[in-house]
Amino acid sequence: MTLSRRKFLTRSGLLGCSLAASPLITPVSLAAAPWDQRLVVIILRGGMDGLDVIRPYGDPGFAGLRPGLAAQTGLDLDGYFAMHPELAPLMPLWRQEELGFVQAVSTPYRDRRSHFDGQDLLEAGTLGLGERRDGWLNRLLQLQSGVAARTAFAIGHGDLQLLHGAAPVSDWSPDADLALSPQAEHLAGLLMQEDPLFSEALSEALALSRSDGEERITGAAGSDSAEGAMGGMMEMPRATRGKAHLKLAEFAAKQLRGDTRIASFSLNGWDTHSNQKRSIGAALKRLSGCIWALKRGVGRSVWGKTAVVAMTEFGRTVRENGTGGTDHGTGGAMVLAGGAIRGGRVYGRWPGLEEAALYNRRDLMPTGDVREVTAWIMRGLTGTRQSDLEQQVFPGLQMNQDPGFLR
Amino acid sequence: MVFDPELAEIRFGCGLSPSISPLASREAMLARLQGPDRAAEQFPIAGTETILASVSDFARLRKLRRTKAGSSEAKQAEKDFKRFRRKHLQQRDLWFRQLLLRHVTTQDSFRERLTLFWADHFTAKGKNRAMQPLAYGYIESAIRPNISSRFEDLLIAAVTNPLMLHYLDQFRSRGENSALNKRQGGRGGLNENLAREVLELHTLGLEGPYDQADVRQLAELFTGLSYRVNKGFLFDEGMAEPGAETVLGRVYGGAEAELEPVLQALRDLARHPATADHIAWKLAVHFTKDQPAPELVAALSAAYRDSDGDLAQVYDVLLNHELSWEPELGNVKPPFDYMASACRGLGVDPAHLTGWKPKQMRQNFIAPLRLMGQAWQSPVGPDGWEEADAAWITPQGLSARLRWAMAAPRRLVEALPDPTDFAGHCLGSRANPWVMFVASAAETRAEAIGLVLSSPAFQRR
Repeated sequence: MTLSRRKFLTRSGLLGCSLAASPLITPVSLAAAPWDQRLVVIILRGGMDGLDVIRPYGDPGFAGLRPGLAAQTGLDLDGYFAMHPELAPLMPLWRQEELGFVQAVSTPYRDRRSHFDGQDLLEAGTLGLGERRDGWLNRLLQLQSGVAARTAFAIGHGDLQLLHGAAPVSDWSPDADLALSPQAEHLAGLLMQEDPLFSEALSEALALSRSDGEERITGAAGSDSAEGAMGGMMEMPRATRGKAHLKLAEFAAKQLRGDTRIASFSLNGWDTHSNQKRSIGAALKRLSGCIWALKRGVGRSVWGKTAVVAMTEFGRTVRENGTGGTDHGTGGAMVLAGGAIRGGRVYGRWPGLEEAALYNRRDLMPTGDVREVTAWIMRGLTGTRQSDLEQQVFPGLQMNQDPGFLR
Repeated sequence: MVFDPELAEIRFGCGLSPSISPLASREAMLARLQGPDRAAEQFPIAGTETILASVSDFARLRKLRRTKAGSSEAKQAEKDFKRFRRKHLQQRDLWFRQLLLRHVTTQDSFRERLTLFWADHFTAKGKNRAMQPLAYGYIESAIRPNISSRFEDLLIAAVTNPLMLHYLDQFRSRGENSALNKRQGGRGGLNENLAREVLELHTLGLEGPYDQADVRQLAELFTGLSYRVNKGFLFDEGMAEPGAETVLGRVYGGAEAELEPVLQALRDLARHPATADHIAWKLAVHFTKDQPAPELVAALSAAYRDSDGDLAQVYDVLLNHELSWEPELGNVKPPFDYMASACRGLGVDPAHLTGWKPKQMRQNFIAPLRLMGQAWQSPVGPDGWEEADAAWITPQGLSARLRWAMAAPRRLVEALPDPTDFAGHCLGSRANPWVMFVASAAETRAEAIGLVLSSPAFQRR
């Protein structure tokens, strides 16, 4: 069978009518989300040095352990802890009690200090490695009713294992934008119309590509190469560099203004073995940029019910090393932000820095579990039962007393 | 049952090509598997031993950098290490090209598909930069030569390869009562990781008849499986737990720690009926569809059991079963297979890619693969890549496929082919009227080619 152009135009006209009412054209409409509060989980990959971010300058041992790193004065928070100077943009949030920290926490991961295993465990949310294949944030979704694909978003290209699992999750990256010429878009729709898996993914991809409100590039104005500009053709797909982190946060905010309740993305660059002053400064700038982008992006009323939780696979050695950096350690810190957070304080039980108080005489002793902090926050946001959090979401976790992380 | 060479090449091979005609019969496909591995000869990839030697150099230079720190030779040591590290890692991009070209040019394409299938079944990857390139050598040495052997030979080759022992932490697992542990005052301990995955993923399957006690016992039996970067695999008696272990009711080993009982346990696991069912299910899912016909699974499992896991006989049943040949295309190609079949459909000339630098390979293939959801040789867990079509055709994944399909072909061939000819070449009789129309109606040749490659008819097999 062959189709003449004329015949095609007639048929596509008819198709056009029916397509307009189909999911191919209209954005998928969404069921009401199961709860109203918003949760953003940021995975800080590489092992954030909690002692440099929230500096325990009141501890008599601190300055001696970090002669280079602690030389520059931090921003005093409470007379004992000070923020890293690069977090200055977040000072207003601290004052409004929309920013808090948890010190001396870790996952149950010990001793091997491998990024790979540390991140696996952080995202699996289990006591040991290899116990579960899905991630804890997906298991939270599995417990709720009324979860639709857009309830939770995994944003960016990295694997977000914490959202892997049986519950539906949307994945998108702002630089995945599909910018087809109108004709190519139309033809792609035709090709895929009889295959629901493809046609639904295509319409969702096109809707998401349009949703970030930027001028779409159909090749001509690409940043790639003269080749692309001359040929008026598409660029090779690649991850964006530069301010990509802000795009992640802006995209998250945009979704959270709607029916999305959970968004997660990663920020890399925390593995500061040398010249930490510079490298952690850049990473913190990205983190504070993201927090601000989220706050601005969701707007005042949604920010009021938002909790941002940033966590890392492990902390770093308490002693500065020979190259102006720190090595893989154990106890670390979490960053909490958002209008739903009861901020303006540093949570956690401070273990002290004298040699006997350290873990293996080298790392900050963890006195709390990252999973417990997260579980209490999720309990408050979603109303999930404590027993479900302890047995399903974080198997084997014991939630002791609620420290009251939420307002 | 009439044999459809086109469908055979699409479903069981690497896709249609304008210059390579598909094999004419099932017998020819099976016979090729028993013949010489011409693709590997033509496009060689280093084996485990060669890459381990490079890992060893990597470790030596890294150590030198550390010991020279602060001395006058520090700068040179740093430079030497970094230069070597770059070269060590870039080898991967060049081997990727070899792998791709095997898919593009081979006539023995069922072999390529089976190699990918088994490499995924026995997923292993390097957990640090030094070890990462070994993924290629592992597949080349342990997987590829054994894809038509008995399953037990494949299992033993995979489980005793240094990469697997590294990936699933076996090399540091030691018995509580091992000589080494006693000498070091009980500092180390048992690691169950490999034992668990052998039972759950490699042999019996998640639903298999084993419990935690079997995992523990198998982990104790496995103690001693180890490797050295400069020697390769070895059985380290000093790490082995003394005494016998009982796995699935059978007793292995005695007072002396030896390798043979470990291998016997692996052979017994390989011949277990639950393993037959598990392997049969996986093959049927991979080569037909996400929910395969139970009759096909049963036939494969029976062939496996009757032959004690002779994989050649299992493939024979797979290719001769009616339910393997349902005319409607089923599975979505995973990203690598998608790209490779696109290159094959375009008739990419190996000489065209020969001059490509590692960076070009990364930009045009490795980076887009990641955007399609397949970070090459780095699946999230030991269970490997997803089989479900829906795992790949997500909004993000499909967007990356479309963008690659529109942008890559003009870089891969001297001149883009006529789009309707191209549709005919890479889809054969499955070039439906919609595809043919779209190929003629697009505004540019690059868009037309990209759209043909984006059609479900090309993306499924």
